[in-house]
Amino acid sequence: MKDAFGIPQSLLVLGGTSEIGLATARRLVARRTRTVWLAGRPSPALDRSARQLLDLGAEVRTVAFDALDPESHEAALGKVFAEGDIDMVLLAFGVLGDQAHDEREPLNAVRVAQTNYTGAVSAGLISARALQAQGHGSLVVLSSVAGERARRANFIYGSSKAGLDAFAQGLGDALHGTGVHVMVVRPGFVRSRMTEGMEEAPLATTPEAVATAIELGLRRRSETVWVPGALRVVMSALRHLPRGVFRRLPV
Amino acid sequence: MTDPPYKGGTVARMSADTVPAAEGDSGTTWGPVTGWGRTAPTAARLIRPRTYQEAADAVRECGVRGGIARGLGRAYGDAAQNAGGAVLDMTGLDRVHAIDADGGTVLCDAGVSLHRLMEVLLPLGWFVPVTPGTRYVTVGGAIGADIHGKNHHVSGSFARHVLSFELLTADGRVRTVDRGTPLFDATAGGMGLTGVILTATVRLQPVETALMSVDTERAADLDDLMARLTATDHRYRYSVAWIDLLARGARTGRAVLTRGDHAPLDALPERSRARRDPLAFRTSRLPAAPDLVPDGLLSRTTVGLFNELWYRKAPRVSRGRLQRISTFFHPLDGVPHWNRVYGRGGFVQYQFVVGHDRADALRRIVRRISEHRCPSFLAVLKRFGEADPGWLSFPVPGWTLALDVPAGLPGLGAFLDGLDEEVAQAGGRVYLAKDSRLRPELLDAMYPRLTDFRALRAELDPRGVFVSDLARRLHL
Repeated sequence: MKDAFGIPQSLLVLGGTSEIGLATARRLVARRTRTVWLAGRPSPALDRSARQLLDLGAEVRTVAFDALDPESHEAALGKVFAEGDIDMVLLAFGVLGDQAHDEREPLNAVRVAQTNYTGAVSAGLISARALQAQGHGSLVVLSSVAGERARRANFIYGSSKAGLDAFAQGLGDALHGTGVHVMVVRPGFVRSRMTEGMEEAPLATTPEAVATAIELGLRRRSETVWVPGALRVVMSALRHLPRGVFRRLPV
Repeated sequence: MTDPPYKGGTVARMSADTVPAAEGDSGTTWGPVTGWGRTAPTAARLIRPRTYQEAADAVRECGVRGGIARGLGRAYGDAAQNAGGAVLDMTGLDRVHAIDADGGTVLCDAGVSLHRLMEVLLPLGWFVPVTPGTRYVTVGGAIGADIHGKNHHVSGSFARHVLSFELLTADGRVRTVDRGTPLFDATAGGMGLTGVILTATVRLQPVETALMSVDTERAADLDDLMARLTATDHRYRYSVAWIDLLARGARTGRAVLTRGDHAPLDALPERSRARRDPLAFRTSRLPAAPDLVPDGLLSRTTVGLFNELWYRKAPRVSRGRLQRISTFFHPLDGVPHWNRVYGRGGFVQYQFVVGHDRADALRRIVRRISEHRCPSFLAVLKRFGEADPGWLSFPVPGWTLALDVPAGLPGLGAFLDGLDEEVAQAGGRVYLAKDSRLRPELLDAMYPRLTDFRALRAELDPRGVFVSDLARRLHL
């Protein structure tokens, strides 16, 4: 069960090697979380993630999960929920892709969409149903500011996150009053493996800062969290720029 | 099912028309439920049984996620919540069955509130044996949390005055449970996890009037406060101290002591309204707190200001002042929904007790709270008397401090975890009826009879029918 501050005792991270996912897990384990499930493709990296949380004193288990194989989601997640209540599901998987390359290779672009959107729709719905049955829990969805308005430079990734974001908002409304809380997290540019070597955008942040914002959002039962918070204002302005102007912006 | 047999000598049997059942429909709704602190909502099926049979049916049919009884929802945390399962709203079972006006006992449904009991009993010259800071708690809840009041140092906790109760257990049977039995001791303070209390027979306190004779005095700091409480508590039936936890430096722990007893008839002024009708139960109500209070209303500044005024407003010394029962015991009941003043984020109550010989721990904790600047305006310090046999009953002899803090205070979770460690090291414990955030690992040390409690539950309720969010969170 979550405590008065919204901190879960059990956590399922979908995308068990995600840096934001792990930073969040570390933070929550330091506070109260005792059981962590890491869902991801079996790999040495997943085992390393598990080891890292184990060293912090959590009881860690891994479960094979592939966002690109929605058919397997029911079985994989069913196994986790069958073992006991999950107080928080963190939907953290996602790929950035390579815009220039993916524009030439549509099948690669489709993989980005299938991972970030289709996979999340399937895993999100299955998790939501399980949370609803237990009458409590938070589903925290890692969206992105990139989904707020698609940019020339990364519209494949951006459109997949836009779909995910809209899906999660709708799901949150559908679950209102069921005891299940859906929180959409929209980080800006996060310094991590995923963005290594890329030029940093303004208001860049870190996985740890995202984790801090998630902890605060849990306590406040927020529905939308921007990281950093100033992005809310920035994006709200950018969103209303005419296309002709937005196109010319150096973003 | 018919009314249970009453074993005492019945003098005044309340007929149905003098005790009208509260209006309201039985039935089932699904919705989010929280405790009085308004944190951590979870959804449950809300069932409001109107007969014992309906309650038994609800328990039989409550499904894999079990059920828990709920009274007036005054437990601060998640004790009367059951995510995904059933919550039995017991306030529909609210009949006062019989009053023995000579012997001073009452037999009533568990859903009867202490407020209702006062309305019925005071004109007959009787008062409830124990009342907490609100009279809007049910008799069932009072037993389940084994509540205490300002008279704990004299009268013990609520269950001490309960002669017997009827308990609906997981198998759908109704058992009569007498004092001195393991099931009684597991249920007193058992947070509703042994079953659903249907009726109880409670021994009452005789009074001559419905007024209190109150002595008030100020204490300049914590040492002064503790010295005053230690020296003269035994002279009063009721004793409590409001403590200013925001005061710092030399004034740390400054407080206002209010202590008193039921006023005897000859203490009322002659030819006054009170003298003509000494047992009239008078209350007053202000408008309810609005639902939309901004989250930051109770800040260090506003609470600091309130505490300063509250301290200064109290007389340095006053003796024998007459006060209404509602003013003395239940000042907050005058503002319906007062819990809303903390805003949407809700608040956390924290109450612990440490032994009389661990005053050092109490001093350290008060200093830590004061240094952390917790904006608490409902903090009270009291000395507990002898413990009662309930296995998970909270009070043990010693010092108990209760405080409220807005849940949104930054760093509060980690800060209270630190206090837990201090309390546990001093051999103390925190109060489950107020808890919404304790680390489960500490519970076994705080409640040594937990093993017995778990064993009894495993035997009585092998399928785990009775369960609450509190029980899930703390692995009770």
